[in-house]
This record gives sequence, C-alpha cells and structure tokens, in this order.
Amino acid sequence: MKALIALFLAFAAAPALAQTALPPAPWADRQIPDARQERAAKALMETIRCLTCQSQSIADSNASMAADMRSQIRERIMAGERPEAIRAWLVARYGDWVSYAPSADPILWPLWAAPLVLLALGLVLMRGRIRRSRS
Amino acid sequence: MRRILIWLPLLLFVAFIGLFASGLFQPDDRIIHSRLVGQPLPAFDLPAAASDRPGLSSEAMTSGQPRLLNIFASWCVPCMVEAPQLMALKQAGVAIDAIAIRDARSDVDAFLARNGNPYQRIGLDARSAVQIALGSSGVPETFVIDGRGRIAYQHIGEIRADDVPTILARLEDAR
Repeated sequence: MKALIALFLAFAAAPALAQTALPPAPWADRQIPDARQERAAKALMETIRCLTCQSQSIADSNASMAADMRSQIRERIMAGERPEAIRAWLVARYGDWVSYAPSADPILWPLWAAPLVLLALGLVLMRGRIRRSRS
Repeated sequence: MRRILIWLPLLLFVAFIGLFASGLFQPDDRIIHSRLVGQPLPAFDLPAAASDRPGLSSEAMTSGQPRLLNIFASWCVPCMVEAPQLMALKQAGVAIDAIAIRDARSDVDAFLARNGNPYQRIGLDARSAVQIALGSSGVPETFVIDGRGRIAYQHIGEIRADDVPTILARLEDAR
C-alpha cells in the first residue's frame, strides 16, 4: 500500500518537476509604473505567441519561458525600445509563427485581396442580373 | 459554359473537404526551428552554473573547432534521458558546452553528479535571455557551432541513440 501511495505521489509530482523552481523574473508579473509604457508592453505581449503552450499568448501563459519573455519585453520597453522593434527581433529568431499580428508579407497578398475580388465578382453578377431583368 | 459552371460550387466543396481531411490525417508539426541556423551565435557572457566548471561566453565558443552547445536544465526530465548520449559524444572526442536554463547551482551539481558531466563549460541563463536570443523554444536542445562561431545545426528535443550519427555528421560538416 505504501509503495502504491509512493508511486502515486511520484506521478503526481511530475508536472511540478516540468517547471523550474526559480522565482519568476522581476518584471514577469509586475506592471511598469509608467501607464503608457505598460499599455505598449501589454499590447505587444498579447500578440506574441507562447512557445511552450502554443495556442496562448505570452500574456496568458503561465509557462516559465513566457514569464521570462514578458519580463524581457517590459525591461526593453522601459529601456526605450519600440514594441515593433522587439517584435521584429523575435520574428528574426522564431519566424512569423511567434507573432499573432497579421503582416503584409507578399505571400499574404491574395488573402488581403480576397474581399475585394469577391466584392468585384458580386458587382459583376449583380450587373448581369439587373440587365437581364430589364430586357 | 453554364453547364460547366453549375458544377463549380460542388467541385469547390469537394476540394475543401479534401483539404480538411488531409489536414486531419497529417501529423501535427509543432516544432519551431530557430531562424538563426546559418548565422553567427548571438553575443552572450554567462556566469558559471556548476561548481566545478567555468561559465560560458559566445567568444569561448569560437575556438576554431566545431562544438556542441547543449541547452538543458536540472528540472527537465528529457535532459536526463539524453545524458548517456551526450556522454557517448564526449567519449567520441566532441567538445560540449552547455547553458543551464533557470537553474540553481546546487541543483545543477546534483544533476551532473547523478547523470554524468559531459560539459567543458556551463553558463547559467537564469532568465532564459540567451535561450530566447538563440531562438530556442525549450529544453533540451542542442546546437552545432562551427569553428567561426556560427550556428550550423539545431537539434530539438532529447538526443536519442539513433540521433548520435546525425550529430557527428553535422559536426564533421561544420569543420
């Protein structure tokens, strides 16, 4: 029985082991005193994807790496770096994947153009209908 | 013309179903590779993470010979799994340096005492800053660094026995 309990505890403890025992980085969960800077940092953090839990932003994630990224972003914003420069720095390391903000990359042009193309198609169809109903 | 056009919506529908079905059966690839492969190692200078090994700087990794840079942590279970393979690489004469992520010296010492110490130098990255600068997305990861300090290859996840030949080949390529 004791062995069984020990076994159970060993498994129960495993998730705790998966994360570090160190306390979170200083600015991971602490706001920047300057409200404008904090707003800029928060807006950036909400559009940077967490690498550990891949469907969350780093603002939402409890992963230790996300906390370290939040702290680093706040520190860099306090040092005067622009949010888009930090985003570009991260994209240079992890690819477009890391950013939730849509970009105007040439590969995405068809996607941006799709609404206009569909609207034009609709207008052409509509014109045909109106002409036919008149004649 | 009309005859053909009338089938268009159905064709589109079938094409979409095909697309979704292929997406369902394709294995999900969630591995994020660093974009820095082929580029110089970012500059860093980290304090020692273990009692009996010096810290690690990016300059020390530019030694003229290819080296391995292992990203690990004492709290990471797969890092224990890959320890025998790292020891085997060390036996094969490979120079291995490491960065310990979010770690404490006593924990690193205990980890190395238990699993062996294949490292020449171990830097402590207490806030994952160098890990993020490297474009590394977790532990363990292993980078092949060529003699000029450029990242030649990135291995994500633990090194299994059958990964060792690939890593040795990449080290040879980086020579």
